Order: sequence, then C-alpha cells, then structure tokens
Amino acid sequence: MNIHEYQAKEILSKFGVAIPKGGVAYSPENAKDKATELGGDMWVVKAQIHSGARGKAGGIIVCKSQQEVSDAANTLLGKTLVTNQTGPEGLTVQRIYVEEASDIKKEYYLGLVFDRSTESIMVVASSEGGMSIEEIAKDKPESIIRAKVEAAVGMQSFQAREIAFALGLEAKAISRCAAAILGCYKAFATSDATMVEINPLVLTGDDHILALDCKMSFDDNALYRIPHIAELRDKTQEDSKETYAHDRGLNYIALDGDIGNIINGAGLAMASMDMIQLAGGKPANFLDVGGGATPEKFVKAFKLISSDPNVKVILINIFAGINRCDWVAQGIVDALNQITIQQPLVIRLAGTNVNEGMKILKDSKIDYIEASTLEEAANKAVQALKGLEK
Amino acid sequence: MAILIDKKSKIIIQGFTGKIGSFHAEEMIEYGTNVVGGVTPGKGGQTHLDRPVFNTVKDAVQETGADCSILFVPPAFAADSAMEAADAGIKTLVAITDGIPAHDMIKVKRYMRRYKNEERMTMVGPNCAGVISPGKCMLGIMPGHIYKEGNVGVIGRSGTLGYEAAQQMKNLDIGISTSVGIGGDPINGSAFKDHLAKFEQDDETKVILMIGEIGGPQEAEAAEYAKANVTKPVIAYIAGLTAPKGKRMGHAGAIVSSKGESASDKVEILQAAGITIAKNPSVIGDTVAAVLKNL
Repeated sequence: MNIHEYQAKEILSKFGVAIPKGGVAYSPENAKDKATELGGDMWVVKAQIHSGARGKAGGIIVCKSQQEVSDAANTLLGKTLVTNQTGPEGLTVQRIYVEEASDIKKEYYLGLVFDRSTESIMVVASSEGGMSIEEIAKDKPESIIRAKVEAAVGMQSFQAREIAFALGLEAKAISRCAAAILGCYKAFATSDATMVEINPLVLTGDDHILALDCKMSFDDNALYRIPHIAELRDKTQEDSKETYAHDRGLNYIALDGDIGNIINGAGLAMASMDMIQLAGGKPANFLDVGGGATPEKFVKAFKLISSDPNVKVILINIFAGINRCDWVAQGIVDALNQITIQQPLVIRLAGTNVNEGMKILKDSKIDYIEASTLEEAANKAVQALKGLEK
Repeated sequence: MAILIDKKSKIIIQGFTGKIGSFHAEEMIEYGTNVVGGVTPGKGGQTHLDRPVFNTVKDAVQETGADCSILFVPPAFAADSAMEAADAGIKTLVAITDGIPAHDMIKVKRYMRRYKNEERMTMVGPNCAGVISPGKCMLGIMPGHIYKEGNVGVIGRSGTLGYEAAQQMKNLDIGISTSVGIGGDPINGSAFKDHLAKFEQDDETKVILMIGEIGGPQEAEAAEYAKANVTKPVIAYIAGLTAPKGKRMGHAGAIVSSKGESASDKVEILQAAGITIAKNPSVIGDTVAAVLKNL
C-alpha cells in the first residue's frame, strides 16, 4: 500500500527526521490560508498523488505570493497528472500540500528497501539527488552508496555516520544527516514498510538536513497490525476495478488487451496470459480467483470481467486440486444462472474429477467453448475473438 | 531416495485441529503419509484423527520422533510457529500460510541462523503448495494423484502452475522424484538454489525442472549456482513474459522492479548458464521429455 507525500513526512517527523513546515489543502482558499499560517514569502504547492516524478509532470509549483498559491491550487486540484510512474491514464489530484520553500544548497538521494538477495534491509544513498535512482544508476553509478542493515539488531549509529561521510557532507552536517538516516530506518523497521524513499534529501543554506520529498510503501500482509497506516489508504489513487476486486477477495490487475481471464493461482494466471499472447491475442486482465473457486467467487469474477468494455472474449482456466472440477463446474453454472454475460466464453478445466466437471458443463444450458489444454484454450479464445471481428 | 521427505518421514501438523489443518491432514493420511500427530496450543492430550495432539512442537517431537512439520497457522502467528519448529529440531518445515508479513519472514530467516548448518531446518514456503515425493509422502495441499513417481526433480513458485507441469509430465509418462513448491512470497524459507543442491545429491533424480516467474533475484542466483555446481540437466520455464512492470501479479513477490527481474531477463540469464528453456507453459512436459531422451 502506498501513501501520500505529506502522510509519509508526518510519519518521518515522528522519528526525528526534519521536514519543511507545510499543510495539506483541499481548495484554493484552503491553500491560501495554509500559506498565511506558514508565513514567509515563498511557498511550494505540491500535487498529492501516489507517484514520484511529479515535478516533470507539472505537479509542483513554486509560488511567490499568496495569490500565486491560490492560483497553483486552482490549477492542480482536479487535474489528472501523467508521470512515468502512473501509466497513461494518470492520477487525479484530490489534495495538495503547501510547503514553505527551502533554501537548498545540495540535493541527495536516500532510499531504504528490502534486499531480497541478502534478506536484509538495504540503504541506498547518493550525492546526486533530485533525479530518479534509475537515472542515477545509469548516469552516476559511482555515486551510489549501499549499506546492508541486519534487521535483527537494527541500524547502528556508525552505519548512519558512514553513509553521511560517504555522501561527502561537511562535519557540521554529519550528525544531522546521520540522525535523518537513523530516523528513516526506524520508520521503516517499525511500521512494516517495504520502501522509504527520500528524493531529495537536502542540505540547506544553514547546514540543516531536510527531507524535501518522501515516498513510503507498506506490506499489504501487515496492514492488520498497522491500523494507523492502513487508515491512510486513498482509494482515489487506485485503479477502480482493482479496488473493487481487492475488496471482494479477488486478485486482479487491469491490462490493455481484449481477452478477459479468470484463473486459479497466480503462476498459472501469468502462464495463461503468456499463452494468450503467444496465440496472437492480448490479455485484458490478470485475475486469480484463488483456491476456493465457489459460485460466489465466480459471480464476482464474471461481474468484474464482463462489465469491462474492453473485454471481447472470456477465458476460464482452472486447474483443480483440492477444489475438484465438478465443484468448480457447478460454481460456473450457478454463477451463470445469476448473471448473463455477452462475451463468448472459453472454459478449460483440468485436474481432480475433470470428466465429472466437463459433464456438468455439457449438461447445463450455458453456452461455452470447450478446451482441454492450456494451448487449446488460448488458441480458441483468440479464434473466438477473430470470429467476432469478421 | 527423493529429497526432503520420503516413506520414513514422520510428520506433524501445526494448526492440526483447525478446519484447514484437519482437511489437509486427512488428505495427506489418505495419500499414505506417515502423520504421527499434531500441535494446537491448549489442546495437548486430546486425540484428533486418531492421532495425539500436543501443546508444543517440542512435546510432539519428543513423544513421536517427528522430523517434518506442515504449518496451517494463520499469518499473524505463522512466523512464531516456524521458529518453534526450528527450535524443536524439525528438519523439514512446509509453511502453507499465505500472507505472512515480510518483516516477520526476515526475522524467521535470521532466527534459523543460530543453528549450525547441518542442524538447521529447511523451510519450504510460505505461500506454497508444499512438497511431494510421489508414491512415498505428501507434505502439502496438492492433488497427489496427478504426480507420477519418477526421476525428475521439480522446484516451482506457483501451486497450480506446478500442477499443470506435473499433469503434462504424467500424460507423457514422466515421473517426479520430489516436487518442491518454494512459494510466491518475496522472502521465502528456501530458494531454487537450495533445492538444486539437494537434487544434485539425490540418486533418484536425473534431471531438474525449475518453474519460476517474474520478480526477485532467485532465478538468476539459481542459474549461477547451477552453472558452477549442478551436473544434472536443468530445464526452466519462467512465467510472466507479458506482465507489466511495477504491478504485483498476485504473488507478493511477483513484481518486476529492477534489471534481471523480468521474465525475458531471467530467460536470458538461465540460457546463458546452459539451462534448457521451456518456451511456453504448454510445452513444459515436452521439453522435459526431450531432455530425458538425450540422457
């Protein structure tokens, strides 16, 4: 799960990481009031969407008067921003963050992630902040500092100091920078985060260290024990179909093809999508209905897939293990008695009691195309699509 | 022989008396697995499915001599149960539980390091279908009847895709020595390379099939390991050639986040290590058959 910049900063500040003063706003008037509260004569108005690279997309506006703050808020609120992280459909700005402008002497990069290779927490830092870590890795790979932290004992002060020195900071800023790094680590380790990224971390004119931007992601599996973070979920920043599916216990990802899929198991779903592509088609989604393929699950899955205007053909591929094919077939039949679908339907069942399952489908009144192998299923789905186009 | 489990394995079930634990215990017993008891804290002394229930894994090991365990404990308590198994001297643990927080799994992995290599438990999973040595022992939730006994060692992340491969092989009359489901989580108990090492040592296994997917470094690490240490032919299929970058495809670990993690990158790395690639999921069985023919 992702959260907004201002929420991430609030968490960081609780762990002793210095952040610029700011406030969230939902309207231009609101934004102007925030600027008044903050005082000063320069502000930054920042679009709050679940994406980085907002600056390049016009989502960050520097303002020199309260009127400019109000105008910037007016421009951004309701606007759809497309960044290299949002996909072509972009994300809509529902709230903005008004922040005091900072006097920046130098920008750094600081990130904390899980390192799957060493199964520890990895700190990645660079003196070349402001650009994305991918760009840094490409253009200035020598500037990247990596430090592995043993999760069992946590980050030690010397490690944070080493990183601060390696970044080339002057003596007077070292302890402030080390404190910021330690604070980020504590925020990561104690709130089931999967990523903390500060880009840029800045050195100010008076040698203070500030987190100017922050992205945080959290482990979905741990949300049950971090309720204060779980409640920050912003559904307006998620794909509405994915949210619908997620709330109904389905594992769904929207894609841009026209063959809708209902499959059990994530690996088999990915493999089936690959087969569709190989057969000359394009999958419209990834959908894992999970182990218990009950009629209720199929109703939900059919509703989700068949209502998608991009979906021209639906492919069901179920490899039944413990949930036997006859149960699955009955589930499909029951679901189709409750909901009508317009698209041609290709069904492939395999595994336990496959013959009984196929018989239930044959004896029912549902209109479908039968397939017995993965390859045949993908080919028949693509053929059905071509048949529609004629 | 087979790896991890065989006819002699003595199995206990953690989360024995729960609905899911009971259901799969019955399936395993029916398959012929030697289930000697189970653990449910607070229910020690009772009998369930004609087998004793213990309060702790230590008690169960002491009383029954169990060396393997399977975990059906809910996610919030699963890491604790895994560490309990490690401490009680269990040799092979299969964790079926889906949804264990990654921070917890890191803790489990660190905890296991306190034991010497030769005494350390092998953890398989979490979020997996388990392990089966066909005809001998089933420590998992897979449909046992689709696995034929034979000499192909299988290591895979996904449950149902593993079933697909097992069925394709059975249809071609190809059998399996042991099939290990390492699970779809970003931090798992054991990786491809751990089981490659075991299959290399196993007399019964003639070839090894890896079924991987997008995300994480484990397939690339396995390629490197196989090149240096494995003499038996290795075959691999990688799912997710069409998966978009940055999206998590069902499995918590199935996300392409950096170089070497996409399906096409992995295929390239595996091929460079001399591993035979099954080009698509419908030819996994055929590819294994072709390699077996050339032995």
